Amino acid sequence: MTWAPITVDATHFYLQVYFWIIVAVLGGLFILMTLVQGGQSLYHVAKDELEERAVTNSLGRKWELTFTTLVLFGGALYAAFPLFYSVSFGGAYWVWMLILFGFVLQAVSYEYMNKEGNVIGKGAYKLFLYFNGIVTMILIGAAVGTFFTGSNFTYDPVSRILEWGTAKDGINLRGLEAAIDFGHGAWFNIAFGVLLFAIARILGGLWLINDIDNNEFPELIERIRKTLKMCFGILLVALLIVLYGLITMKGYAYDIHDPKGTVHLEAGKYLHNLLSFGAIPLIVFLLGLVLFVLGVFKSVFGTSTKGIWFSGLGAVLIGIIVFVIAGLFGTPFYPSYADLQSSLTIQNASGSKYTLEVMAWVSVAVPFVLGYIIWVWYQMKKNGPITKEEILDPESHAY
Amino acid sequence: MTIDMSMLEWARGQFAMTALFHFFFVPFTLGMSFVVAFFETIYVKTGKEEWKNITQFWQLIFGINFALGLSTGIIHEFEFGTNWSTYSWVVGDLFGAPLAVEGIIAFFMEATFAAISFFGWKRVSKGVHLASTWLLAIGSNLSALWILIANGFMQHPSNEFGRFSIENSRLEMTDFWALIVQPVAQVKFLHVVSAGYTLASIFVLGISSYYLLRKKHVEFAKKSAAVAAAFGLVASIFVAVIGDEHAYEVANTQPTKIAAMEGLYVGEKGAPIVAFGFPKNLPATQVTSNDEAFGFKIEIPNLLSILGKHSSDAYVPGLKDLIEGNPEYGIWPLKKLAQIGAEARADLKAYHEAKAKGDTAAMEAAKKDFYSVIWTGPNGLKLTKADLIGYGFFANANVNPDLVHPPVPPVFYSFHIMVGLGFWFILLFIWAWLAVVNGSLENNALLQKLAAVTVPLPWVATSFGWMTAEIGRQPWTVFGVLPTAESVTPIALTNVQATFFMFLTAFVILGIAELKILFAVVKHGPKGAH
Repeated sequence: MTWAPITVDATHFYLQVYFWIIVAVLGGLFILMTLVQGGQSLYHVAKDELEERAVTNSLGRKWELTFTTLVLFGGALYAAFPLFYSVSFGGAYWVWMLILFGFVLQAVSYEYMNKEGNVIGKGAYKLFLYFNGIVTMILIGAAVGTFFTGSNFTYDPVSRILEWGTAKDGINLRGLEAAIDFGHGAWFNIAFGVLLFAIARILGGLWLINDIDNNEFPELIERIRKTLKMCFGILLVALLIVLYGLITMKGYAYDIHDPKGTVHLEAGKYLHNLLSFGAIPLIVFLLGLVLFVLGVFKSVFGTSTKGIWFSGLGAVLIGIIVFVIAGLFGTPFYPSYADLQSSLTIQNASGSKYTLEVMAWVSVAVPFVLGYIIWVWYQMKKNGPITKEEILDPESHAY
Repeated sequence: MTIDMSMLEWARGQFAMTALFHFFFVPFTLGMSFVVAFFETIYVKTGKEEWKNITQFWQLIFGINFALGLSTGIIHEFEFGTNWSTYSWVVGDLFGAPLAVEGIIAFFMEATFAAISFFGWKRVSKGVHLASTWLLAIGSNLSALWILIANGFMQHPSNEFGRFSIENSRLEMTDFWALIVQPVAQVKFLHVVSAGYTLASIFVLGISSYYLLRKKHVEFAKKSAAVAAAFGLVASIFVAVIGDEHAYEVANTQPTKIAAMEGLYVGEKGAPIVAFGFPKNLPATQVTSNDEAFGFKIEIPNLLSILGKHSSDAYVPGLKDLIEGNPEYGIWPLKKLAQIGAEARADLKAYHEAKAKGDTAAMEAAKKDFYSVIWTGPNGLKLTKADLIGYGFFANANVNPDLVHPPVPPVFYSFHIMVGLGFWFILLFIWAWLAVVNGSLENNALLQKLAAVTVPLPWVATSFGWMTAEIGRQPWTVFGVLPTAESVTPIALTNVQATFFMFLTAFVILGIAELKILFAVVKHGPKGAH
């Protein structure tokens, strides 16, 4: 069905744009923080107990931030675009449940893996960290891929009837069809998943190179570099597939001034979005890409430990632009290929004007929060990288 | 929309499982974060290493618990979407805001300063470390504030802060400040956090008593117990005082819940409290006196009227009155509420049909009727048809009216077990505090044994407290506005069953691991803790 956008005035519309940009920034920051997950996928490069504990202690001090960013990402979407929360989480049920499952397993693993009485043994907890570092990343990436390829649902917000998938044709996969339905862009979703995994793993490796004392763990650092070189190749292939898809696929589009918000398909839509606003999205995207690659060259192909700061900033910029072109410039951010008019836009999925105004005031706290996070990060790093002495010190609450 | 009731029960079961499992860790975090902050403050003030050891031992236990609390919290947040997608759409505009504020204001404070507090002992100065430990505690407790503001709205969705929008077919926020300061949420917050402080104090007191019984780590145990006894005494008394205020709010906003809590089937003036009893699960419409509703009971006369209405001979309605109505006390029958709710739903439908046809006059007529005032309270509060839209779900003549209030036995028992344990905690802390003051704690084996065996009981109390609040709200997710049956995600039963067992398996394994690690740490004691 078609329903008119909730937007009734310009202020409301600008608030919706503002909140989509907030979502994009949180999405970008989340990609940066997947360095924890990426680092977890590198456990096998540690060859002895002490090297493993160096990895565990470096990542184990940051996992809560990744977690919290994801929670805030969810909270912001809930408050600003509640219809997305309802349709995507309720609809693509299995995708989100498996993602959640991966995070639950991860959360306890750091705290429990090296402690006496952990019931299932260290190996099981390492397996949990791998699951979260690889499967969860691919699932999240594929889920973001559906922001471009679309999903199989219809929704009527008045009668509140959500129908997902095509149960009459067989098993209803509740979202997992995004990885096997090649007629609706599964190849793009999978490539997106692999791309996120590769970005996370490279960020994770760069973080470990930066955070672990290179002089005390020279072999570990070298093995990380070697693994990242191979991963960089995987990243390039996945990136090319995703870029090819973005430029060539028919995108979902609507006119923001259309009172009915009618959605249609448009050739080259996402390329148009990149070129909108004086091509600023494209410039920022390319800048992000250059920074990311620069970081890799500095710390993977070179010997610097500072690569994470370049690649990290690059990943944030890339992440922001991915979300910007998915939801702004008259683009439904959560499209439906089953029924174009059920697609979710920032205008028909949003919270009320009053709620967005209130939340806009609350968002003033964001720079302050970012400020103290950076300050704490600095406090924890100013005394240098993680050393053997610190890991073995009984007073350091080391994992 | 047709709802598969068995799927609904599984979805509820899954959410209850997650909530209860999450709630094993939350009160501990709320209280333990402050207990650790107290110990560290004493360490910084005195500069004595023994207080640092005490701080680090309890912090280690806190850290083991913290991870599982955080991880179960994230499932909870996202299960609102996965299991309750209709709920998320209908109330997201109101419910999502406090959740987002919780994320930005509280969670980041908690997660960021946890890093310094746990790992920064040698990386930052003493002052920065202490400040971080306090900020971690404040962040944890702030997160409780925001989630309980959200929960308070579900218990009492007053039109002072939100209204059902006929245009968008959902609840929308109208006053954020009113949402924050709603009395239901504020007393709930104070009740929950003080219960958390009590729980953590009992844990520290109990483990310290265990060491004293074993004559191990005696100085450590005496110092820990002294702080726990003082904190626990204040907290446990506060739980009871604010609990009384909480009951008053419930009595005046959720009459079906207070009636179920006390097994009050037939309303009375000067209603008593059942101090002890065995209520029967009877159809409320068939009950003629409260005596037949109990197998056995010991009552305290007039106390329910005093607590619930602040007047010894005030009338408290029973479940029968709330179904059949009682004109003498101005109580509307359920049928009337359902009729008004059905009219509101008809207006909603008419509005959108007219909108599709472009008939603005019909739209306006439907809207006018939708927001027409049906009752004005003594304090000027106006109820509109829209406020009762949820009751329209029960307008069908075949609806069993006994499904429109919570079941009596589980709510009654949950409430009474919680209250009974609460009084025991107060007695225990008075005793422990006196023993600390007169120096007899070290040699009082009976007190030590009782304190040690009490350790699991506050978890029992807080879990039953939560069950009282949530089962007592049934059959609603948002009281009077959105029935639980309408809130659920339309999804095949097998999906919910599969994820139920997936998470149950994880919770059981991780729960056992947590307990075993905790036992190992406690067994080693403070010196071998690290």
